[in-house]
Amino acid sequence: MSRLTKAAAVAAAAAISLLATACTGQNSSGATDDAGKDVTINFWHGWSAPNELKAINDNVARFEKLHPNIHVKVQGNITDDKINQALRAGGSKAPDVVSSFTTDNVGQFCSSGAFADLTPFLKKSDIDPAATFPKTMLEYTQYQGTRCSLPLLGDAYGLYYNKKEFAAAGISAPPKTMSELKADAVKLTKSTGSSYSQLGFMPDFHGYESTPGHLAAQWGVKYFDANGTSQTAKDPGFTAMFTWQQEMVKALGGFSKLEKYRNTFGDEFGAKNPLQTGQVAMGIDGEWRLGMARDAGMNDLGVAPFPVPDDQASTYGKGYVTGTIVGIANTSTKKNAAWELVKFMTTDTDAVVSFSNAIHNVPSTLAALKSPKLDQDPAFRTFIDIAENPNSTTTPASVNGGAYQVTLQDFGYDYESGKAKNLKSGLQGVDAQVDKDIAQAK
Amino acid sequence: MSAVHPLLRAKRRKAALRNLAFLSPWIIGFSVFFVYPLLSTVYFSFMHYNGFNAPTWTGGKNWSYIFTQYPLFWPALRNTLWLVVVMVTLRVIFGLGIGMLITKIRTGAGLFRTAFYLPYLAPPVAATMAFVFLLNPGTGPVNNILGGIGLPTPGWFTDPHWSKPALTTLALWGIGDLMVIFMAALLDVPKEQYEAAELDGAGAWSRFRYVTLPNISPIVMFAVVTGVIQTMQYYTQPLVAGKVASGIIGNSGQQFEPGYPDKSTLTLPQLVYNLGFQRFDYGSACVVALVLFVLAMVFTALLMRRRNGFLAAED
Repeated sequence: MSRLTKAAAVAAAAAISLLATACTGQNSSGATDDAGKDVTINFWHGWSAPNELKAINDNVARFEKLHPNIHVKVQGNITDDKINQALRAGGSKAPDVVSSFTTDNVGQFCSSGAFADLTPFLKKSDIDPAATFPKTMLEYTQYQGTRCSLPLLGDAYGLYYNKKEFAAAGISAPPKTMSELKADAVKLTKSTGSSYSQLGFMPDFHGYESTPGHLAAQWGVKYFDANGTSQTAKDPGFTAMFTWQQEMVKALGGFSKLEKYRNTFGDEFGAKNPLQTGQVAMGIDGEWRLGMARDAGMNDLGVAPFPVPDDQASTYGKGYVTGTIVGIANTSTKKNAAWELVKFMTTDTDAVVSFSNAIHNVPSTLAALKSPKLDQDPAFRTFIDIAENPNSTTTPASVNGGAYQVTLQDFGYDYESGKAKNLKSGLQGVDAQVDKDIAQAK
Repeated sequence: MSAVHPLLRAKRRKAALRNLAFLSPWIIGFSVFFVYPLLSTVYFSFMHYNGFNAPTWTGGKNWSYIFTQYPLFWPALRNTLWLVVVMVTLRVIFGLGIGMLITKIRTGAGLFRTAFYLPYLAPPVAATMAFVFLLNPGTGPVNNILGGIGLPTPGWFTDPHWSKPALTTLALWGIGDLMVIFMAALLDVPKEQYEAAELDGAGAWSRFRYVTLPNISPIVMFAVVTGVIQTMQYYTQPLVAGKVASGIIGNSGQQFEPGYPDKSTLTLPQLVYNLGFQRFDYGSACVVALVLFVLAMVFTALLMRRRNGFLAAED
């Protein structure tokens, strides 16, 4: 090869490498900015409804009043795709403070360094996370010990039940155990030929919020062992949950009949949600359903904690908890100023309470959960209690987002439809796949 | 070999440079928007890259993960190939049939042309959602009508055996693009050839086989090749249909069930999104993108060879 050819080959390889790595972004660490100086920070969030935007803007206005030197440029209705793109690109227009509606990507944000580690900031401000935030919310805002986000309001899941249909069936109180739930569901179900005029409970995993993850929380499951290995086959809670779900499906008429009925349901977040139309007498759902049902003119929905397994009756009151997270972009050059906003929004009791009252989400600090200023609506209090319950659980952060939940769900769909017959080997397959996917992502 | 005169050499070089200058807009566009992304995709397919940290070399790990460990790859490949074979074929036949029909009818041609073309203008997301609602097995009018006249009522987008035929129906509904192209080609066939064929006693099928088809074969080939490439990139309709029919919405950034029902609407482009933007595994996403590229190239090359043979036979 001639010298000229060699040089051209080296130059071409270098050019390709340079081009190919040009979009990898830069990670900076450490906060050197002066939060006392006049500064403008960018805050990106996903809220978009008028009442939500008003609430977040009111909170930001309160912050700016307390910190006149820090100006906040707020950008709403942001999706996670846009967030990821901006976090990679960085620059002056990129966000300094970012919030996401899903907890699924916390593992990625923390492990990749896309979000700054908040531990030094918490220490600097003398904030003890364990004494400030509920346990479950602390769990979903960190990954393998790196706390790169904090909870910014939460969601708790409970049981919604139709009081009129309960009264008509002679049921005086909502069920507290899975056996009671099954018995009540059967009692509340009215079949009409190949369909139903009323269904007690929709156990199918596509039945909106009755997903494997939400239901398994009632068994207090743990998805991973101490080494980070998937353990759905080892944790007896998963086996018990799938067994219970299959019994429910059989007791209520079988998978095909239930699926056919499910296809008559209206949109989950529309006025014709089956809980609101009375098509389904009981269902698992988050606290947001309260406001939606009232807006749809449905005032007969009662709420209670979701039932627990019979052998865990003493843990009644727990539920699945998740929420919105907020963090600081590692590309930000104004991290100290950004931290002031994050600290205010996530730890200032009045800020958390007023935001919670305005958008009807569960507050995310222990102090706010006990605040007398918090909405005293008894139905809403049910969800506050679920969020506070020490036995409530969440889905942990993972390096590849919610891929492990999708794998479990996929198996759930196969199992409930009869495509997968063997529960034990099926769950072992889930574990093997989850471990492979995580190994690939690391 | 005689030496080239320096003046002639300079003239040739000048001509080459001038040609290059004229070609440069295309060369720059081709390099920036095709060669560079293609080389990058090949490069990243051998890297572990999550979009945030610098890529690191992993050799063939991404390739082996996709082919041997990622459970969605083979169902997605099967679905994509099914759609390429069935949907493209039916679209070409249907588009040609409608085109022939409209060029033949004497009254109301404009009305039919408009009626068949309009669906093509509907935004894919809106059209797909409308189809999911129309074909809803529980409340949709289509099954109500079918049931009313005693016909079977399929599960359409909720049944893994019917979801791809339902997507094909949606694609046939939006046949306007092919219809217009075929109409233009059909109107271009010389009338004298039909008259000569008729004088020779050729029937309708013979006229189509020996007059129409050879004349419009370049257009048929164009429709097939672009159809194959478009179907390889089929993303919006199956994704929307699967998500809407499953009823599960989820939050932004949350991973969702792939290809409801039972992975039957999962296509390879959906995997690129799932791996790259939901699992932050750009390397594996690049592997799937390269598989798509190779498949599209192979299909196109095979079709072009078949066409050359076909034309040679005709000649």
